[in-house]
Amino acid sequence: MHWLIEPGLFANGSVRTALELGAMVSLVSAIVGVFTVLRSQSFAGHALTDVAMAGGAGASLASVAPLAGFLGGGIIGAGAMDAIGVQRVKDRDIATGVVLGAATGLSALFLYLVASSSATSGSTQLVLFGSVFTVDTSTLPYVAILSALVLLSLYLIRRPLLYSSLSAELAGARGVRLRLVGSTFMVMLAIAVGLSSIVIGSILSTALLIGPAASSLKVSRSIVQASWLAVVFGVAATWLGIVFAYDSFYWVPSRRGLPVSFFVVMVVVVEFVVVNLVRTLFSKRVTLSNVSTLPSCSAGGA
Amino acid sequence: MFSSFMINAWLSGTIIALLVGAVGFFVVLRGSAFAAHAIPNGAFAGAAGANLIGVNPLLGLVSFALVAAFGIGASSKWAKSDVAAALALVTMLALGAAFLASSTNYEPAINALLFGEILGVSSSEILPVILLAVLCGLGLTFLFRPLLYSSVSDELSRASGLNTTVIEVLFLIIMALSSALAVPVVGALLTFSLMIGPPAAARLLSSRPSRALWYSMMFSLLTLWVSIASSYVFNLPIGFFVGTLSAVTYLAVRTWVVVSARRVAVTIA
Repeated sequence: MHWLIEPGLFANGSVRTALELGAMVSLVSAIVGVFTVLRSQSFAGHALTDVAMAGGAGASLASVAPLAGFLGGGIIGAGAMDAIGVQRVKDRDIATGVVLGAATGLSALFLYLVASSSATSGSTQLVLFGSVFTVDTSTLPYVAILSALVLLSLYLIRRPLLYSSLSAELAGARGVRLRLVGSTFMVMLAIAVGLSSIVIGSILSTALLIGPAASSLKVSRSIVQASWLAVVFGVAATWLGIVFAYDSFYWVPSRRGLPVSFFVVMVVVVEFVVVNLVRTLFSKRVTLSNVSTLPSCSAGGA
Repeated sequence: MFSSFMINAWLSGTIIALLVGAVGFFVVLRGSAFAAHAIPNGAFAGAAGANLIGVNPLLGLVSFALVAAFGIGASSKWAKSDVAAALALVTMLALGAAFLASSTNYEPAINALLFGEILGVSSSEILPVILLAVLCGLGLTFLFRPLLYSSVSDELSRASGLNTTVIEVLFLIIMALSSALAVPVVGALLTFSLMIGPPAAARLLSSRPSRALWYSMMFSLLTLWVSIASSYVFNLPIGFFVGTLSAVTYLAVRTWVVVSARRVAVTIA
């Protein structure tokens, strides 16, 4: 195993923290992600990371706790997207885009001011590209508590949420309060995304929200199965990514290693490609060889 | 503000604003906002990569923007369009992060790529920028009707014999080329603001395509001109002005439309 896992990897304190934190954040992201992909809200999910980033940059400028900035920014952004809110999916993306554009403008200003007011270099890259190795451990308890709250709330609204995600019209006709469910989900999404972007940075936040969920939904038959599988995909990607990043010190000629985010994203993408290839092969076999024996086919073909 | 070293900024800014305003009109019409966000980030990764191996940044910008566009096109076979764009986006950003980690570049250069730099186009690059912009403009002119038609109804246009897949791919290419041109000036993160805010505002003002397209280009031009001037005067990153002004334009137009609609309603009543 030494070729993959360097001796002393797990004895390293910061690696262990990274593995634990990474697992926690990818678990929450994966489960929230399943609903995000089902509701076709990937764009909002990604935009909220950038909005949270603007909040984080603003907080570091005002010397407020970064976590408050990330969460505050995310929740305000979610509120704004909801307020511009429009019915058609196409227009919803435009509303998201306008909020995202404004937030990016603000973070350009904040990051510029942060960079010119302090001597700390690399603040931009830290906010943007983040790293599990640089997390401030004092925020850990808050991250854990808020993650648990998000999961609990999702569990409580799971039925109306799932119903309205699959068919908004039917759910509305059945008396589900679509607006309320949608707004609650946006707030949950904002908190989840804010937490993950402060811990693992904005790129990984989107990657772990969308990638594992998109892969798992391809091969799952129920929402519970999809959630479990997404968690497995997400945690596997995070852990493999951390191990690879640790090893990459010996691979890259510059002897500086490559960022964790690079490896985690690559694992996420490979998972997605493999799942789709397997599914394509498998479904081909089903349709070609067993086509006449499938009851649904004979019924549908008649 | 109009001294000789600023001539390039005004010239390239004007070309980029007109082009992005026109492309953005179709982005908003087709609802491909997420792709418009992902592609400039691909261009950013390309610039970082070009910097690493020491080739012309414009080459890196264009090639990676195209890779991002084709990535979105290819993976949309397997996933919904928003998931495809998300995966393309994170892949490109991850590559960018890897390139940055391997290079010895200092932070201001990276910030300029992310948040824009009014002097981002050098005088040796102005000619390729003009050529590429003209190419995109011609492409949009040729595709104007098919694009419009397939944006309004995908099914109808396919039924009438248009190959919507080819149109989508051609449009993604135009989007990639114009993003690659805009990124050095407006920044990878803010090119998207310019591509969404002014066109979204323009679409509220007119439902006639040619007029909305015209408004979109004018709003975009105005936004970029005011941003260049303010960036020069206040010495703040241009991205801040582009981002906020785009959103302010949209909100102002939206408020105006709502208020004037109410006034019309009152007059009629």
